[in-house]
Amino acid sequence: MIPIAFDYVRPTTIPEAVAALVASGEDGKILAGGQSLMPVLRLRMAAPSVVIDCSEIADLQGVRDDGNSIVIGAGTTHHDVMNSPIVKEHSPLLAMATATVADPAIRHRGTLGGALAHADPAGDLPAVALALDGVLSVTGPNGSRDIAAADFFTDYFTTSMAEDEILVSVTLPKLGAGWGYHYEKFQRTAQGWAIVGVAAAVHRSNGNITAARIGLTNMAPSPVRASSVETALSGADATVKAVGDAAASAADGTRATSDLHAAADYREHLARVITKRAVLTAGGI
Amino acid sequence: MSQIPISVTVDGLTYDDEVEPRTLLVHWLRESIGRVGTVVGCDTSSCGACTVLMDGQSVKSCSVLAVQANGHTVTTIQGLAEGEDNWHPVQAAFKECHGLQCGYCTPGMVLASIDLLQNNPDPSEQEIREGLEGNLCRCTGYHNIVKSVQYAANTMAGKDQPAELTGGAR
Ligand SMILES: Cc1cc2nc3c(=O)[nH]c(=O)nc-3n(C[C@H](O)[C@H](O)[C@H](O)COP(=O)(O)OP(=O)(O)OC[C@H]3O[C@@H](n4cnc5c(N)ncnc54)[C@H](O)[C@@H]3O)c2cc1C
Ligand code: FES
Ligand code: FES
Repeated sequence: MIPIAFDYVRPTTIPEAVAALVASGEDGKILAGGQSLMPVLRLRMAAPSVVIDCSEIADLQGVRDDGNSIVIGAGTTHHDVMNSPIVKEHSPLLAMATATVADPAIRHRGTLGGALAHADPAGDLPAVALALDGVLSVTGPNGSRDIAAADFFTDYFTTSMAEDEILVSVTLPKLGAGWGYHYEKFQRTAQGWAIVGVAAAVHRSNGNITAARIGLTNMAPSPVRASSVETALSGADATVKAVGDAAASAADGTRATSDLHAAADYREHLARVITKRAVLTAGGI
Repeated sequence: MSQIPISVTVDGLTYDDEVEPRTLLVHWLRESIGRVGTVVGCDTSSCGACTVLMDGQSVKSCSVLAVQANGHTVTTIQGLAEGEDNWHPVQAAFKECHGLQCGYCTPGMVLASIDLLQNNPDPSEQEIREGLEGNLCRCTGYHNIVKSVQYAANTMAGKDQPAELTGGAR
């Protein structure tokens, strides 16, 4: 279908984009890669009065090394994120999860910031930002603020950003030596969305697991940490048995839903099984 | 409704036009400048039938606005052959290996394959299947499409074609 008519602006700076958003009242929509927004417009599920194309704002692009963390511009495409030497070195979990997003053509346009702002419960990248304790920087008419990933995703397709704020960048702490990573995605087809996904970072020292961070995709309206698994793994033996025992609580505290792809109890089962797989792989066990 | 001026280079020619902001690149290609080789197969950016190259990278032209192509270069299926008998090696391979049946997915498959081979000139079967994951084919079962990409990779690298790509079970 053809989208409903809208006006179009293409700001080249962040302040111009914020000004356009404020001027639009509540009717403006940011366009980043368009890989979620264009289908929504074509299906006429949204009818913004003005589309604010942020894809050519240089300050939203690129990845930089910031000492103890890396900073990724919201407008950096999935393709550029997964091929960035800085991301591959310091946040390989993000690179790995991004490589599972959609397909190459979509990854050429879709952006990290768009995927986080869209907050699709089946999106792969919110769980990664959550597991890695990412911080999201947003800017609005009243200035800039930082939001912890744990406070950013609030509900289905909903974040704690105000209507007139835009996401500018994502900061991910480097995890340093001793950490292993894995993103395990359960999907029906190669290009499909996650039925359940597990983002795991595991720290080992000698024969033990010293710490684990686990984010779950599509187990609630927004991504969740598998906190009880993390607690059980802290100090656990690095064995298949110990990891399996810990992963048995992966569905605790989740709110999985039933849809045409999977029933809620099947999702809970998957969460346990693939949390175990993800932790074993991340921990090199 | 407001019209926005654009200037886009498509298959080597520059077109100056005015478009409504909501015009999708694929609709502009088909309806304004006659590039009907690029087709639409879905409403959800899933099928890949509309794949073109924008500045050399594969994109789904149903998920890009025509205004966003302003100042950029687009290659469609109609810009690949250099004359009637001088097809792009990927086009020639799809013909040789019978990589199509109805042909609806083929323009997108060919352009996605070109993108794939640009990034990975010697892909494994698995890498070909993953590289084309965004392009759906309802006819072939993909088998001969994978063969076509292998065949094209060999041609482009100047290698001989192994027997399983040149005869037998097609
Ligand atoms: C067929 C298909 C398969 C897909 N499969 C997957 C998958 O397996 N896993 C996955 O994670 N994703 C998948 N995606 C979605 C893809 O990752 C999108 O790229 C992503 O969800 C949106 O990013 P975008 O840059 O295209 O954002 P857009 O579509 O441009 O925008 C999405 C939303 O976010 C808002 N927004 C964008 N940027 C900002 C910003 N900087 N500040 C504030 N608001 C902003 C927009 O206003 C809009 O509401 C798929 C998409 C398609 C079409
Ligand atoms: S028509 Fe563009 S992906 Fe289906
Ligand atoms: S040949 Fe018919 S859809 Fe692919």
